[in-house]
Amino acid sequence: MTTTIGLRPTRRLILQGAASVALLGLGNLPFAPARSAANDKYPEEAFKQKNEADAIKTLYGKTAEPSDKVKLDAPEIAENGGVVPISVTTSLDKVTSISFFVAENPFALAASYKIPDGTIPAVANRLKMAKTTKLTAIVEADGKLYSATKEVKVTVGGCGG
Amino acid sequence: MAIRRRDFLKRAGLAAATLGLPRLARGTETAGIYDLERFGNARILHITDTHAQLNPVYFREPSVNIGIGEMAGRPPHLVGRAFLERFGIRPDSADAYAFTCLEFERSAGRFGKLGGFAHLKTLVDRLRADVGEKRSLLVDGGDLWQGTGLANVMQGRDMVEVANLLGIGAMTGHWEFTYGEQVLRDNLERFKGEFLAQNVFLTEEAAFNDALAFDKATGRVFRPSMIKELGGHRVAIVGQAFPYVPIAHPKRFTPDWTFGIREEELQKHVDALRGADKVDAVILLSHNGMDVDLKLASRVTGIDVILGGHTHDAVPQPIAVKNAGGTTLVTNAGSNGKFLAVLDLALDKGKVSDIRYHLLPVYSELLKPDPAMAELIGRLRAPHVSDWSEKIATPDRLLYRRDNFSGPVDELICTALRTELDAEIALSPGFRWGVTALSGQALTMEDLLAETAITYAETYVQEMTGAQIKVVLEDICDNLFNADPYYQQGGDMVRAGGLSYTCTPDGAIGSRISELKLSNGKALRASHRYKVAGWASVNGQQGAPVWDVVGKYLRSGRMLPERLRSGVTLKGVEGNPGIAEQG
Repeated sequence: MTTTIGLRPTRRLILQGAASVALLGLGNLPFAPARSAANDKYPEEAFKQKNEADAIKTLYGKTAEPSDKVKLDAPEIAENGGVVPISVTTSLDKVTSISFFVAENPFALAASYKIPDGTIPAVANRLKMAKTTKLTAIVEADGKLYSATKEVKVTVGGCGG
Repeated sequence: MAIRRRDFLKRAGLAAATLGLPRLARGTETAGIYDLERFGNARILHITDTHAQLNPVYFREPSVNIGIGEMAGRPPHLVGRAFLERFGIRPDSADAYAFTCLEFERSAGRFGKLGGFAHLKTLVDRLRADVGEKRSLLVDGGDLWQGTGLANVMQGRDMVEVANLLGIGAMTGHWEFTYGEQVLRDNLERFKGEFLAQNVFLTEEAAFNDALAFDKATGRVFRPSMIKELGGHRVAIVGQAFPYVPIAHPKRFTPDWTFGIREEELQKHVDALRGADKVDAVILLSHNGMDVDLKLASRVTGIDVILGGHTHDAVPQPIAVKNAGGTTLVTNAGSNGKFLAVLDLALDKGKVSDIRYHLLPVYSELLKPDPAMAELIGRLRAPHVSDWSEKIATPDRLLYRRDNFSGPVDELICTALRTELDAEIALSPGFRWGVTALSGQALTMEDLLAETAITYAETYVQEMTGAQIKVVLEDICDNLFNADPYYQQGGDMVRAGGLSYTCTPDGAIGSRISELKLSNGKALRASHRYKVAGWASVNGQQGAPVWDVVGKYLRSGRMLPERLRSGVTLKGVEGNPGIAEQG
């Protein structure tokens, strides 16, 4: 089987993401040395996983612990489920990757960013959400995984006030 | 009138609420109910959700307003007798009539209508004169420009004139946004006060295209706050618009703006007011809704008082909420012009040392209408009075709207939609505005418009599967009963005509609605397609405006069916003090 990985849209997304993060950073290394599973190579299998737990396991090979040092910003109720603005910042040291998981999407892993050494660990994105879902952000720092979650409601609308 | 006067004088009087102290019985029975004891050095008057009701109205408070989880049994989720007991209001009094649904029709005859801007003007002027120059401010919490036929045809311009004469110094918004950006901006040009909203930002696209904003750096579309000197102290008023405008209403009205609760931005702004601006008090003028405000008060620090609206809860006393920085008081000031809130502040350097709060019912029979306001209202209404004064029906029962699940007004609308548009099922939004009509009194087109006048009133008929109908009901039910207030949008359950169901409010989304049945008793089938009529869709529709459809139905001499059933069976909320005996 031959795969032309470079043409896959998800791969392009990841590379653009990594590049834009690197621009913000202080370091001159666009790609950090491999430190973990997420940074090794394009995580093709992880992007194929349907549920969140499988996607996390496939991407990182371990589980995350919730941390208040991971700050996930997302709307409580999405104004447009097609483009939900989300962002993550963290005060953790030695961050090597940041990933987003949308539990109710057909494929749970939405995006994964490598964070080169010396980069400010702040990532913003817009994700598509078909319905109300749990959103998880995972920060990989010093070889460990830390997470924050938030429920994002995608509503059919209607008001009463 | 003499007899009525006696009825009013028996009123126990709304006591002052002080921080953390039980309310005190105020004054003697003969004390004028609007003679407030002087307190503090600054007075803020607050109205909210008047829904443009220029003249006095009847408005029945809800008999069903259920709170779930942490919200169960706490204000504002108390109705009827539980409400009277919680706030120490004597049954059978004028206050019991103003604040609850109890004995509504009988009391309406005794105590008359409430509100009206000419009456409100008299009361506002008096309460401002009582404290003297430069010691008072009148603020409006939004939903000032919508709710009547007049406001709808004038796109809120009428209410801007009224607001200027009344002397509103600051406001925030909700339905104001449904006139679209251009009308909103034109109206604000004429408005002499400040329109405040810390939580409305340009979308990234709009910012990129250099759209108009108050502050390009933050992307804030409107001024977030103002600082007013009152009684020699600096008081900051921060505006919080309804956070879910583009979700609850068609997004086409506000394509360039993004909303949300914006807790973090609010905290930063409050910190800056406290720090750099060295204000002595911070007041949040909020259209979040009371449950959202109570949660926000527990998380954001540095706010002294949240003057709340949106959920139309007339709560006589502030609720004190502890947070990491101290205590924040949360109020909600009712709707339809029925109430005027009076917040008296004792201000010191950098802090509020004490407060008094009164939520005064605006009894139109106790207040002389202000002549200038009465003249303005007459002038604004004149061009339309003849069009709208035609009697179209005489109701055979009390017509009210407010309740979590249903009310005769919406049953009438649903029945009219089903009949006129030949549909099996009708859906009507769970609005909380719209006045109450007494049985046996003529209903006019103006009355009907007061239940329906919005900028997207087009009706529709569409096919929906049973499964789709259930999804809609579940979704809206979650807006009402989500255990986390930040996921609630306010408003009540969508009204369903031709459809009955069981609701378990204390459930999760997807599992609250069951036993869906058509009016013929047959179960709703998930894959079967049904003809559904409705109005106020967030998607553009082409049908006749709902007031024409309902007007046609009523003119044909029909009213409601003989037997009225709300069609909703509640489960798992037995004994909840948010449910009253019908009274």
